[in-house]
Amino acid sequence: MARKEIGDIAAGRLDPAQIARNFADVSPPLDRQRALIEASRCHFCFDAPCIQACPTAIDIPGFIRAISTDNLRGAAHKILDANIFGGQCARVCPTEILCEGDCVRNSPEEKPVEIGALQRYATDWVIRDRVPLFTRAAATGKRIAVVGAGPAGLSCAHALAMRGHEVEVFEARAKSGGLNEYGIAAYKVVDFSQHEVEWLLSIGGIRVHHGKALGRDLALSQLRRDFDAVFLAMGLAGVNAMGVGDERLPGVRDAVDFIEELRQAKDKSTVPVGRRVVVIGGGNTAIDAAVQSKRLGAERVTLVYRRSAEAMSATDHEQAFATAEGVHVIHCAQPAELLSSHGVLAGVRFEHTRVDDHGRLQGCGEYFDLEADLLLKAIGQVLLTDGLSEGGIDLLRLEKGRIAVDANAATSLAGVWAGGDCVGGKTDLTVQSVADGKHAAAAIHAHLTADREVQHG
Amino acid sequence: MADLRSNFVGIRSPNPFWLASAPPTDKAYNVIRAFEAGWGGVVWKTLGLDPPVVNVSSRYGAVQWNGQRIAGLNNIELISDRPLKVNLDEIRQVKREWPDRAMVVSLMVPCDEASWRSILPMVEDTGADAVELNFGCPHGMSERGMGAAVGQVPEYIQMVTAWVKQYSKLPCIVKLTPNITDIRWPARAAKKGGTDAVSLINTINSITTIDLDLMAPTPTVDGKGTHGGYCGPAVRPIALNMVAEIARDAETAGLPISAIGGIGSWRDAAEFIALGAGNVQVCTAAMHYGFRIVEDMISGLSNWMDSKGYRTIEDFRGRAIRNVTDWMFLNLKYEIKALINQDLCIQCGLCHIACEDTAHQAITREKDGQRHFEVDNAECVGCNLCMHVCPVDDCITMQRVDDGSFQNWTTHPNNPMAEKA
Repeated sequence: MARKEIGDIAAGRLDPAQIARNFADVSPPLDRQRALIEASRCHFCFDAPCIQACPTAIDIPGFIRAISTDNLRGAAHKILDANIFGGQCARVCPTEILCEGDCVRNSPEEKPVEIGALQRYATDWVIRDRVPLFTRAAATGKRIAVVGAGPAGLSCAHALAMRGHEVEVFEARAKSGGLNEYGIAAYKVVDFSQHEVEWLLSIGGIRVHHGKALGRDLALSQLRRDFDAVFLAMGLAGVNAMGVGDERLPGVRDAVDFIEELRQAKDKSTVPVGRRVVVIGGGNTAIDAAVQSKRLGAERVTLVYRRSAEAMSATDHEQAFATAEGVHVIHCAQPAELLSSHGVLAGVRFEHTRVDDHGRLQGCGEYFDLEADLLLKAIGQVLLTDGLSEGGIDLLRLEKGRIAVDANAATSLAGVWAGGDCVGGKTDLTVQSVADGKHAAAAIHAHLTADREVQHG
Repeated sequence: MADLRSNFVGIRSPNPFWLASAPPTDKAYNVIRAFEAGWGGVVWKTLGLDPPVVNVSSRYGAVQWNGQRIAGLNNIELISDRPLKVNLDEIRQVKREWPDRAMVVSLMVPCDEASWRSILPMVEDTGADAVELNFGCPHGMSERGMGAAVGQVPEYIQMVTAWVKQYSKLPCIVKLTPNITDIRWPARAAKKGGTDAVSLINTINSITTIDLDLMAPTPTVDGKGTHGGYCGPAVRPIALNMVAEIARDAETAGLPISAIGGIGSWRDAAEFIALGAGNVQVCTAAMHYGFRIVEDMISGLSNWMDSKGYRTIEDFRGRAIRNVTDWMFLNLKYEIKALINQDLCIQCGLCHIACEDTAHQAITREKDGQRHFEVDNAECVGCNLCMHVCPVDDCITMQRVDDGSFQNWTTHPNNPMAEKA
């Protein structure tokens, strides 16, 4: 492939077969024999630390014991009853800081039970074969609106449908799944998310309306009038700006867009990538963008983060993975200027940083330049608040740019609950969003059935 | 370097590890491979009178446990299904080529004097070192009045043993079936019949598993199964007890024992020898891993003996017998308490839940609001359960706390039949 000095962005940098291999399942499933060997390593701890480390509190020793007796249906039920996205979480959870991080096998062996892989083994067949594990309670006649068909919204919708309520889900995008569908590296979730969503919806009682965004196609006040309850789970649809020049410059891109394009591309070799890629950010989005760039055939991929490795929100495991994939990581440097030539991106000027005695980040006044054909910005997403105010009046209280909720996931606006990334506060993990949705469903159900008791009383 | 040479009732072998009468000793090919691997001797798979028996296809069933492929093995194979002459010729040839190895021939013929009288000279003529009488086989042959059908009737054991001693000068080993209530009775009968030694245990009557799709026992032969003989690691504790029972019985004390039952390592062998066995016989472990396991059995036993200062097998043989006693003689004043080493504890909580649900509620689950497992000595009875369920070596140990006094049941005030002081 001919090399361009500037603006070298092209698809098909590697042989298509090689790219296909690069985007195959990064962590292939266990077969029965390997699953049984791994299951036999579980001590079946009492009040197990792994359960406590799971935001959805899956009974991990319980499902592993069920695997060991070939009771796969029992194992799947335990997992999915606690976490309806158990299949997705098995693939994308940073288990090394959750369940596996607290596995007692870490000491003295330093090798935890592979809980994520076992969870995938126990759940894949359910999604593949569309096994109905849950049934709905008698119809309550209550209707709930859910905004957003991501992990939080669908987890809430499923839990409400199970309790006999009718749920209408309003999703801005063309497909359901949220970040599961659009925001995670392709090799982590191969041909799975839509099957999982279809399986989840097969319980019935949930209607998903695509292309419906709050503030554009829907008004919160109208939802409140039309439904018995509203659950907001629209995630973070906006992206932060770097504030170092014209980010519309060709060659500058949001990492989430790049990741989305890759996820939606059937043939990854059609997705263009720079010969020299610079990724700015310190989270899993930055890692996913950097590694996928490399796997598309970028010659040099540099990930730059303004603070130290310890401060990165990407886990140690993800950082090590990126390094092993050939991503060059530079810490303690922040973008200072976009360098352009002939109207396209040519490079990025960075300033070295240090942290002062008060923990504040400061530029050192020393600079270096990186050549770049493609700059991927992964410096965080923000809540779009368009739909949360009407007629210039805020409908509900925000806190640090996110929706404020109480312990029962209720917002400051009566009849409206919220969860997932649009609430934030804990972690930005899929599993946390699932837990939020489940938790909110329980609160909404309690609220609605309390109403009924009053009516009957 | 320890001397592992063995002389069992006059049968000499370079080490005490023999292969038991079973498929591994079915023919010259296997036995030669075993001798090449280093086995001290073999008991040739049981010979019977012609015409030979017929064996079925599908012969073994295995109990898998927690990843272990063969925790126990069951077989429904019968005695040798080859013509008697073929076996005798091969025995003669192998013994001639391997004169330093023990060659014992297992026999099972109908329970009449003429049958035994006819086969013994043929065996003696091969140059074999001894005969082992198969009174143990629990399936197939017992229905024909042989094997365990004889071994379950002490009078028959005595009678047949006497015939063998009468018609042959070869040392005689009577192989006992465990499928009886009290192993001492057949052992005493064998001794009364004049046997030189006993070997035990033969396999235990068993059904390995039920195939829940076929609704039939395994191994399944065209949709049906039958009870077979159970062996392998799972049966070893039963064999240890039966060997001990014979070793400490006043009537059979000193009767040479060739120990069999789930032996797969030098340590297993040492345990049986400590209970008085003169040598050991191995089968399932060899069937699982091949004859090469004998290398570690030899070097492991030798190294352990060196570390203990035992020069020969005789130096430690039978040393544990005097410590096997009846419950009523155990010291009721002896008292131990579990101690959890907090530095080694991995916080799995298995000790707590085992004690809480099934024992004495003597292990706490938290301290100052933190996950913490600690023994409450006031409640601990020293049962050892927590120590056994703990997955970490030496994390839970049992500490002696009594004052060293002694009282057993025979003099205990709660015993209505206590001996008056």
